[in-house]
Amino acid sequence: MKLSELKPGMQGIIEKVAGEGALRRHLLDMGLTPKTPIYVRKVAPMGDPMELCLRGYELTLRISEADNVHIKDEEAETMFCSGSCAHCHTHRKEGSSNQGNGRKAWGRNK
Amino acid sequence: MKITIALIGNQNAGKTTLFNQLTGSRQHVGNFPGVTVEKKSGTLKNFYNHGFQVHAREGQAVLGEEIHSDKLIEIPHGLEVELVDLPGIYSLSPYTPEERVTRDFLIHEKPDAVINILDATNIERNLYLSLQLMEMQIPMVMALNMMDEVRKSGNSIDIERLSKDLHIDIVPIAANKAEGVSELAQRTITEALSKHKPQKIDFCSGPVHKAIHAVVHLIEQQSTSYDIPLRFAATKLVEGDTLMEDALSVTANQKEIIAHIVSEMETELDTDREAALADMRYEYISQICSASVIRHGDTQEQIRSVKIDSVLTHTYFAIPIFIGIMALIFWLTFGIIGSTLSGLFEQLIEFVTGIVDSGLGSYGMSAAVHSLIIDGAFAGVGSVLSFMPTILVLFFFLSLLEDSGYMARVAFVMDSLLRKMGLSGKSIVPMLIGFGCSVPAIMATRTLSSRRDKLLTIFITPFMSCSAKLPVYALFAQVFFPRHAPLVMIGLYAGGMVIAIVSALVLKSTVFKGKPVPFVMELPAYRLPAIKSMAIHIWEKARDFLQKAFTVIFAATIVIWFFQNFDTRLNLVTDASDSILSIIGSAIAPVFRPLGFTDWRLSTALITGLTAKEAVVSTLAVLFAGEGNLELALSAVLTAPSALAFLVFILLYMPCFAALAVTKREIGTRHAIAAALFQTITAWLAAAFVYFIANLIV
Repeated sequence: MKLSELKPGMQGIIEKVAGEGALRRHLLDMGLTPKTPIYVRKVAPMGDPMELCLRGYELTLRISEADNVHIKDEEAETMFCSGSCAHCHTHRKEGSSNQGNGRKAWGRNK
Repeated sequence: MKITIALIGNQNAGKTTLFNQLTGSRQHVGNFPGVTVEKKSGTLKNFYNHGFQVHAREGQAVLGEEIHSDKLIEIPHGLEVELVDLPGIYSLSPYTPEERVTRDFLIHEKPDAVINILDATNIERNLYLSLQLMEMQIPMVMALNMMDEVRKSGNSIDIERLSKDLHIDIVPIAANKAEGVSELAQRTITEALSKHKPQKIDFCSGPVHKAIHAVVHLIEQQSTSYDIPLRFAATKLVEGDTLMEDALSVTANQKEIIAHIVSEMETELDTDREAALADMRYEYISQICSASVIRHGDTQEQIRSVKIDSVLTHTYFAIPIFIGIMALIFWLTFGIIGSTLSGLFEQLIEFVTGIVDSGLGSYGMSAAVHSLIIDGAFAGVGSVLSFMPTILVLFFFLSLLEDSGYMARVAFVMDSLLRKMGLSGKSIVPMLIGFGCSVPAIMATRTLSSRRDKLLTIFITPFMSCSAKLPVYALFAQVFFPRHAPLVMIGLYAGGMVIAIVSALVLKSTVFKGKPVPFVMELPAYRLPAIKSMAIHIWEKARDFLQKAFTVIFAATIVIWFFQNFDTRLNLVTDASDSILSIIGSAIAPVFRPLGFTDWRLSTALITGLTAKEAVVSTLAVLFAGEGNLELALSAVLTAPSALAFLVFILLYMPCFAALAVTKREIGTRHAIAAALFQTITAWLAAAFVYFIANLIV
């Protein structure tokens, strides 16, 4: 699954960043490394670019760039967003690759 | 004695604010050699760099003295500290010019110390750059900015622990409140003088560790002879950095060995080299942070930002709100605050002019000099100066938008639209600044990552009507369209934007073909800008403007006064139509016949407008001075359609020399000339079209 296919309000775990060269390197430098949870906050009024939340900060990417980011299929989920990026953060820190645990963590934060 | 300190950090980490706090207004702006990346440097304020002691450790050399046992050394008075503001970057990879400039500066210029400023509310991603900086082996202090926000939200960072884990001195600061800044300066000077290099550089583990250490052994000798930090070089070679290969003259044999080492690492980790290293660094960062960073939730500023964004980047409201905000700013600037201030300022200038005028009269000064001072200097510079308050008010609002974080949202919201024009969302920033002044607008294109975007943006930004053209519009609208003045103004501004869009579409599909560049941008939390930073920014603009008024415009008015009052044999003329200026103006006047204005004084004003657009009004004032009332004189030589064509030409033709100079610096002479020609031809065509249409209507 691609990051660009996630709908606003959905969260996924990065599997890998495809492509090559400057763009890929920049995405890696910005923290889009494998196993990082990433949350789609919204898309811009005209449908592009998308606003993402990862590692506790907000990042924008165009859909065409988000096409290069692969998400682990089984872990994409719709989650409740309290508006707090730190949730993603906590989620990852607990080291949960397991959906059940992840949900519980979100549940607590609600 | 002089030491140099470099200031480095991610974008939005508060670098500029800290720089302003440390140096005040003693700043010098220039370029890094060979590239158009801005280099800002300044002298550290005096009170930061004396009256304290350096703790010198055994075995070091401090201020030229060998230290045999630990002791305190007094910092001498007169220690000069230069602070260099390096570009805001996220990594030291070799892709953007900013990253390369920073790398080269650290490797070749070897600053005595580095201040690495980090946004404490977003520490993980900020530490990514720090790990690479530490490999550079330059004395380093970390400034953990926005620590006040972290504490206020109930989160915490164990600075002592973090400092111990990284073996780096860390100072918590709040740059916008100047908290911790003085301590930061003193600790950095201490590190610089004691030449205390970062101790810990081994962040790697497993296969990456093995690979880096193998490469370290391989290139040890070259690293010493080329004077490049060994560890940094090895890491970059493992990452596949070709610039580093060239810098070290890595042999074909070595390249083969490195390729072998890397492929072994890649097989073991089941990933490629770039991902492996990025992953390794982030892995190490989370390990460090789990011991020292406690994060219960977002800071108040981050939560507030999400709430603000639910309105400002809302699917339906975002664009109307953006247009509303811009309309409000223009109304406040040109309608309320700016015109009031300008009016007051104008009265002051008139008052001073009156005193000087009567003073010269009663002193019995010769008529020629009297005319030079009053009709030349005072009339010319005065008409320009009276416009300064408006420009400063506009700059105040634009820097408020930029520093608060709203400009980034505008780029986010407008990207899709601008991409259709072949631009990226980031181009909106220079284009908006263009409404203030083309000079800073063209300089702002430095934030664009592709040359194509940059060229296209620079070609069309001058179509955003700069504030210097406003007095021209105001004068003509008052004379020719007294009842529809606001409509004419709005029409001109909108017309400029339409022409910009059409030009972009044409240029995109003809001259500047190419793929759109990536749009990867951080959205910083909304913050109230620091008053001091804003004040410094406004002061810089005021100084620039005054400088321009008293140098370029002053010189231009004197030259024009001279050309106007003397004939080719340098005799004083009694009739202005015998003057040198009249000859030049008359020579080019036929070019403007299809636009409906033939009077030599109008074409002359267009020439002097190249010194600065405000000079159009002052030139007209000087040239028509003999005819009494300027407004009556204008209505004698122009009709409503030709006045409109004149305004359209003013709106679109090539920008002033100052803007041209900046354009040349940014994109080179050839492209700068191309841009000026393109703009002037567009202006002529548009003005001819407007004249034709307007004549049909009237």
